[in-house]
Amino acid sequence: MSEPWEEEGPGTIKKFMYVNRKAPYGTIYALESLEVVLIAAAFEQDVSMAFLDDGVYQLKKGQDTKGIGQKNFSPTYRALEGYDVEKLYVEAESLADRGLSEDDLLVPVEVMSREALAELMNEQDVILSF
Amino acid sequence: MSMLHTVNKSPFERNTLVSCLGHATAGSAILLIEDGVYGALEGTAHSDLLRGALADHSVYVLGPDLNARGMTDDQIIEGVSVVDYGGFVDLTEKHEKVQAWL
Repeated sequence: MSEPWEEEGPGTIKKFMYVNRKAPYGTIYALESLEVVLIAAAFEQDVSMAFLDDGVYQLKKGQDTKGIGQKNFSPTYRALEGYDVEKLYVEAESLADRGLSEDDLLVPVEVMSREALAELMNEQDVILSF
Repeated sequence: MSMLHTVNKSPFERNTLVSCLGHATAGSAILLIEDGVYGALEGTAHSDLLRGALADHSVYVLGPDLNARGMTDDQIIEGVSVVDYGGFVDLTEKHEKVQAWL
């Protein structure tokens, strides 16, 4: 089976959404998602990232991992813009459940309702879950 | 016989904290580590869970895990104590047994 980006002729751009639902550091999902996002960006696809449920914790300001001996990968979210990954969507309900607001996040995002995010998911060609 | 319970999962993602609190008898201690530290935060949809446990348990949260996730001591529920790795060791020493809720 060909890869999604090979199914049609060269130059085809598909909408890829990366859905992030896991907190950072406790599992490897958040870091792996970033790695794969950068790969898709290299293929010049229409990439967006959605942060919902515990995934919103990935964007929390002030992460300091010195004490746990793991790499603090949170600055990478600020570097995404340089790879033309500029569409970061955060679910409002997930923030509210966690007592967080947009000011708690380390990068500019678009906060949207669960309903609006669901619509956006429907518009995608490919959704990858982390 | 006193028990130290550790919880390492977010209360938003798993029922680990609920299950731990349901089985932890009065007087036992609870230590939140790794993603479990989100359970110690004030002002979340799950804050009441842990606040209720403070009545008959001493509750601790591991500071380095809190800080890694961008949280500080002033964001946790009043009555919860922050410990470092040395404090973690002291807790395991002080209690006869450790039950790890995963």
